[in-house]
Amino acid sequence: MAVVLVLVAIALGSVLFHLMSPWWWTPIASNWSYIDHTLVITFWITGAVFVAVVLFVAYCVWRFRYQPGRRAAYEPENRRLESGLAVGTAVGVFAMLAPGLFVWHQFITVPPEATEIEVVGQQWLWSFRLPGADGRLGRAETRDVAPDNALGIDRADADGLDDIVIEGGELHLPIGKPVKVLLRSVDVLHNFYVPEFRAKMDMIPGMVTYFWLTPTRTGTFDVLCAELCGVGHPMMRGTVVVDTEADYQAWLAEQSTFEQLQAAAMPAATTVAEVPAR
Amino acid sequence: MVEASGAGEVIPPAAVEDVELYHPHSWWTRYVFSQDAKVIAIQYSCTAIAIGMVALVLSWLMRIQLAFPGALAFLDAERYFQFITMHGMIMVIYLLTALFLGGFGNYLIPLMVGARDMVFPYANMLSYWLYFVAVLVLVASFFASGGPTGAGWTLYPPQAILSNTPGGQDWGIVLMLVSLIIFIIGFTMGGLNYAVTVLQGRTRGMTLMRMPLTVWGIFTATVMALFAFPALFVACVMMLFDRLAGTSFFMPAIVEMGEQLKHGGGSPILFQHLFWFFGHPEVYIVALPAFGIVSDLISTHARKNIFGYRMMVWAIVIIGALSFVVWAHHMYVSGMNPYFGFFFATTTLIIAVPTALKVYNWTLTLWRGNIHLTLPMLFALAFIVTFVNGGLTGLFLGNVVVDVPLSDTMFVVAHFHMVMGVAPILVIFGAIYHWYPKITGRMLNEGMGQVHFWITFLGAYLIFFPMHYVGLVGVPRRYNEIGETSFVPESVHDLNVFITVMALVVGAAQILFLFNLAWSLRHGRDAGGNPWRATTLEWQTPQTPPAHGNWGRELPVVYRWAYDYSVPGAPEDFIPQNQPGTFPTREAGA
Repeated sequence: MAVVLVLVAIALGSVLFHLMSPWWWTPIASNWSYIDHTLVITFWITGAVFVAVVLFVAYCVWRFRYQPGRRAAYEPENRRLESGLAVGTAVGVFAMLAPGLFVWHQFITVPPEATEIEVVGQQWLWSFRLPGADGRLGRAETRDVAPDNALGIDRADADGLDDIVIEGGELHLPIGKPVKVLLRSVDVLHNFYVPEFRAKMDMIPGMVTYFWLTPTRTGTFDVLCAELCGVGHPMMRGTVVVDTEADYQAWLAEQSTFEQLQAAAMPAATTVAEVPAR
Repeated sequence: MVEASGAGEVIPPAAVEDVELYHPHSWWTRYVFSQDAKVIAIQYSCTAIAIGMVALVLSWLMRIQLAFPGALAFLDAERYFQFITMHGMIMVIYLLTALFLGGFGNYLIPLMVGARDMVFPYANMLSYWLYFVAVLVLVASFFASGGPTGAGWTLYPPQAILSNTPGGQDWGIVLMLVSLIIFIIGFTMGGLNYAVTVLQGRTRGMTLMRMPLTVWGIFTATVMALFAFPALFVACVMMLFDRLAGTSFFMPAIVEMGEQLKHGGGSPILFQHLFWFFGHPEVYIVALPAFGIVSDLISTHARKNIFGYRMMVWAIVIIGALSFVVWAHHMYVSGMNPYFGFFFATTTLIIAVPTALKVYNWTLTLWRGNIHLTLPMLFALAFIVTFVNGGLTGLFLGNVVVDVPLSDTMFVVAHFHMVMGVAPILVIFGAIYHWYPKITGRMLNEGMGQVHFWITFLGAYLIFFPMHYVGLVGVPRRYNEIGETSFVPESVHDLNVFITVMALVVGAAQILFLFNLAWSLRHGRDAGGNPWRATTLEWQTPQTPPAHGNWGRELPVVYRWAYDYSVPGAPEDFIPQNQPGTFPTREAGA
């Protein structure tokens, strides 16, 4: 009957492990605490089902273990029991799905006041672009990537000239302001992953993907790549800093625009405006 | 509820007689290029287990790297990615698919439905030899310049065929794709055989609703595979063109390390849709045979009919159909149209209902049974625990918004190992302990089996249950080392060491299992024809192991369903399917 004891130990041990485990998610720093709540609901529902099934199996094995002379019952089916279980399961599944879909709707509905920023992935570096004074990001394309234009910003698009470009540096975000994070890659698949934000999304060369969030806590957070992108994948790290508004403005003032970077790259009296359109 | 044909009348045997002409006449045609499904089954199984041992060793190496980064000098990032890729691909395709369908399918389908063999024995032989060549091509990539591909088992382009991925611009990815293409051609030959044999080769009296659930599981999985593998096939062919001929099916404009590549206009995400259109049904291609087999193990060793047989059959069929409309739940954070999330989360959670019903019916089969704690039963119980655990974490990952933080973390690794690694492999072990006596005529050693069971079951649970929490912390998958990362506490390292130690122990226990397989071949206890006192036809063969043609002069005739255990009033607690009887058996739905 060792197996009965082991089954009980697995059911109860798993719950104990869950309750006492020091391994839990890192404190959240975005508005997506709904996701955490849905996850906790799911833990409780599934945990209850797991314990119930395993304990029931343990009970059956103990109660109906082989004994000489015993004969099993003969009951091919039981319509009422089977349909009752089907309905009960469907209700439980719906209890998890409904809040999930509700939160998903929020997740993909970007508030109109969100600021668009851009994250660009390449092997194995994170770069960032913020809209300049005009509040708009200029056009960019992989075809326009050049040694002096790592993000492929379209030089002919006036919206792009004042964009703030951060190649391989830190991204700063102001606390409490929704941002729509546009994601782009110039080479292979990457995934912009900041565990504290909960949100993540792949970046696909040739497409612009996105997610949105509102940072809710100041601090410095690691950026990791969460899509295997070649041998340097685990080394593809970056940093996001969530600032107070004042700190953010101070940081922003120190950054260079695309135009300034172009001028610095071409000291020979040519200004960006004179570069002919493609 | 009383079935008319069961009441005493004896049906004359079917007219398919044993024909001398088709028996093999030389050693080569008997044991090597055999057209006997049972020999082909053993060939498939031995090849699958052999390549599976390679995957096992790779998993040891990966776990050593994760617990003790840098301990093995040769195991750099490149090697690590090659190992995870080959481990995944071998386990999913070359071990699990091949063993369940090519191994168990070939051995059990003809015997369980009362056929002499598969309906196309020659194609069946070709199926195995193509599989064998596919395995050789796969193994060759270990020795090719640049080594095997390190693109991850999902082989996502564009990186899969670019130079910063191991094997991307060498032979690795080419050999991988070629091997898959050969595998799929071979599988199609076998798969058509399994499906047509079930539909056309059943003996007299074997109606579809009298078939054992093992056959239902393998049959449905086969039909699914015949629909799903073509998606992978075209994806492989297109990627091969992209890699070798410079086309751009999956390749957009790319600047690789500062250089503009001559690609443009292709869609990486199209590959993901094709891959997962295959990849998700693949999960059930592995799971459904396990569902079927475990049903029969539980029923036989609990001496009780499977509870809710018709529900079980329909659940298998419905799961098989639904699994074709859930594929994009692997792509919630892929950047596909976000509105897909609503549809695929809904279909994914709906599939939980028939799956849960199967679990209930397994446990309700134990209820008021007469449970013999044999090795097959122990493995079946272990399957229920691990499958329920792994299935429930699927509700996290299937529920689109909950998936977002967990996707691409170790939580996913823990989930799919529990649900489609550990659980089906426990069924494979249970099935081998169960049918080895029929295949060889001898029982496997019980003592070695007990040691093997306890280490494998508890060890596997202790590997993968805590691993979920590594993912919950936020540790991404496919990292050869996490390094200095602010959100990962030091204690996660201790957990990793624990998991690695368990993995080494569980792996070592499999050597004992292989030894048992070899040792019992000579020294095992004589099994007799029907050691488990089971009802299904494979236990009623005139010889054990069954001879070529299975049934001697006359085919068996089936009078009852596969689950007449403990029928009230019957002298024994089982009535074989081919026994004409006066007992008023209550077939489900009859």
